[in-house]
Amino acid sequence: MAALTEISSRPRDRHARARALHWALAGVLALCCAVSLQIGAAEVTLTALLGKWLAGEPLTMMERVVLFDIRLPRLAMGVMVGGALAVSGAAMQGLFRNPLADPGIVGVGAGAGLGAILAIVLGTLLPVWVTDIAGNHLVPLAAFFGGWGSTLLLYRVSTRGGRTSVATMLLAGIALGALAGALSGILVYMADDQQLRDLTFWGLGSLAGASWAKVLAAAPLVVLSVGAALVLGRGLNGLALGEATAAHIGIDVQRTKLVAILAVAGATGAAVAVSGGIGFIGIVVPHLLRLASGPDHRMLLPNAALLGASLLILADVIARVIIAPAELPIGIVTAVLGAPVFLWILLRRRGLVDL
Amino acid sequence: MRQGRMRRGGDGFATFMGGMIAALAILAAVAVSARQAEPADGAEADVLSIGGSVTEIVAALGQAHRIKARDTTSTYPPELADLPDVGYMRALSPEGVLSVDPSLIISEDGAGPPEALEVIRAADVPFIEVPAAMSPEGILEKIDIVGEALGVPEQAEALAAEVGEDLESAIARAEARAEAPRRVLFVLSTQGGRITASGTGTAADAMIRMAGGVNAIGDFEGYKQMSDEAVGLAAPDVILMMDRGGDHGLPDDELFAMPPIRVTPAAQSRSVVRMDGLLLLGFGPRTAEAVEQLSQALYGGDA
Repeated sequence: MAALTEISSRPRDRHARARALHWALAGVLALCCAVSLQIGAAEVTLTALLGKWLAGEPLTMMERVVLFDIRLPRLAMGVMVGGALAVSGAAMQGLFRNPLADPGIVGVGAGAGLGAILAIVLGTLLPVWVTDIAGNHLVPLAAFFGGWGSTLLLYRVSTRGGRTSVATMLLAGIALGALAGALSGILVYMADDQQLRDLTFWGLGSLAGASWAKVLAAAPLVVLSVGAALVLGRGLNGLALGEATAAHIGIDVQRTKLVAILAVAGATGAAVAVSGGIGFIGIVVPHLLRLASGPDHRMLLPNAALLGASLLILADVIARVIIAPAELPIGIVTAVLGAPVFLWILLRRRGLVDL
Repeated sequence: MRQGRMRRGGDGFATFMGGMIAALAILAAVAVSARQAEPADGAEADVLSIGGSVTEIVAALGQAHRIKARDTTSTYPPELADLPDVGYMRALSPEGVLSVDPSLIISEDGAGPPEALEVIRAADVPFIEVPAAMSPEGILEKIDIVGEALGVPEQAEALAAEVGEDLESAIARAEARAEAPRRVLFVLSTQGGRITASGTGTAADAMIRMAGGVNAIGDFEGYKQMSDEAVGLAAPDVILMMDRGGDHGLPDDELFAMPPIRVTPAAQSRSVVRMDGLLLLGFGPRTAEAVEQLSQALYGGDA
């Protein structure tokens, strides 16, 4: 009897815990945002500027540029990219019922990489009016369409008679990834010096190229995609039981898959396009949250958005400051910061990382 | 049981957040110490110099004391090593650049990324771009532009005249030495046993020609990884490489034992020339010296 009570009280316990975590994470994100605006290579601090503003003093040109043209767009981009990657990772792990799944599994990374390389190497062959209009945004645009295109292709390949085979998708994704890699290799061989350098830095991933133009271009897509992913909670919970069972409890399995794949392609495609390849967040954040508050996707997805955003912003602050006035690629920081902690938790809590 | 596992899971999360907070504290400490470590130079230092050859020119104009910060490629003169480093010229951070608070930025062509330059320009800091050069005329033009930017046109004129004369005579001497021009293969990297070498249209190609040599490769542009057989076909008499200093370079024995190199005339005569990368490829005020060094290494003897 006592055991029964304990069991029946567990879900509520978990919910309360997840909700508390939700608010805590929101607080952490707010804190990280403040830190990100406060600290930087330049001696401009948010608190000092607020003081100046309250006292009615005008800001200097330098202060304005640092705050409004550098730190704010960078912060906005960090929130979007971190949130998008973490939510995408959680959705993919749920969809594929595989703890190793990340957004890359649906071909976004390889496709985006191919798109970016195409734009960098063959961009000079485009008519002048195209490059004039696209300007610096040619590479991000190409990366986005490359990622989106390869995901749609993968979806078509693995869908037969209105039913998507997740297993086919996994394997076809590997094949398409290899193909994209080979095409990229050919283009790399054709590239000249300068283009090779551009490619290297694109691949490292960074928020350093943040600008309001990029933020505004990526925002609608990220918001829409992440929003769509957030309502998938119930569907993904159902899928965790297996496709047949999910269908029996009234979940539209095919639609859940379609929405998940499109949302991930949109969110990750946009994130990769503006920031290059930033790994790690999509895998680690969902797992940490599963450890903390269980596998219920209804809480997991929004919490992943909050923690992913916080983690990326924090990593970016460190990337900006640690070797100032120079800057580290952010991928290095996310890995150095998170990987050892993650590994340590994994080793201590062996067996807990399940879906 | 499940309860217990869950609670321990929560501990893991707390550990993670604890780790993040600790990282934040370390970061704050680093930020503070970094700020204190900035050298308190004379009031005159106001220039951010980006690009190895540009920095060399600033120094050659006698204006080294005006350099406030530099980029990673600015390794000469060595005294500047203590100045703040804003990172690799092609991966600049806008806030990092602005944080050294320069009143003038002089940069070699190719600095980036473009987004960073856009922001830097928006901050109203004068930004002078110096075109890349691969010829004596190009070097003189660089000197002219840098001198103009620093407000020392007379010194620039004098330096340009001197450098131009040195170059002319170095090239003439190199030409005189090169009665039987030798085929030179510039090897950028031997990573993974594959040779990445310079084709035409590169700084290395221009240097080889100025020093009286012939680039062993004439059939592709830029730096490319070559197949072993293509290296053999290029049949270089001499291998030219960048000197990575100390023990970092590839020992001669290993170089000449590499299958693609082993079959070349260069391996038979064990001819390899190693030179500092910035000196050899920078196209700055020391290029005459580089031409002289390279040509002496190729053909021996002195003037």
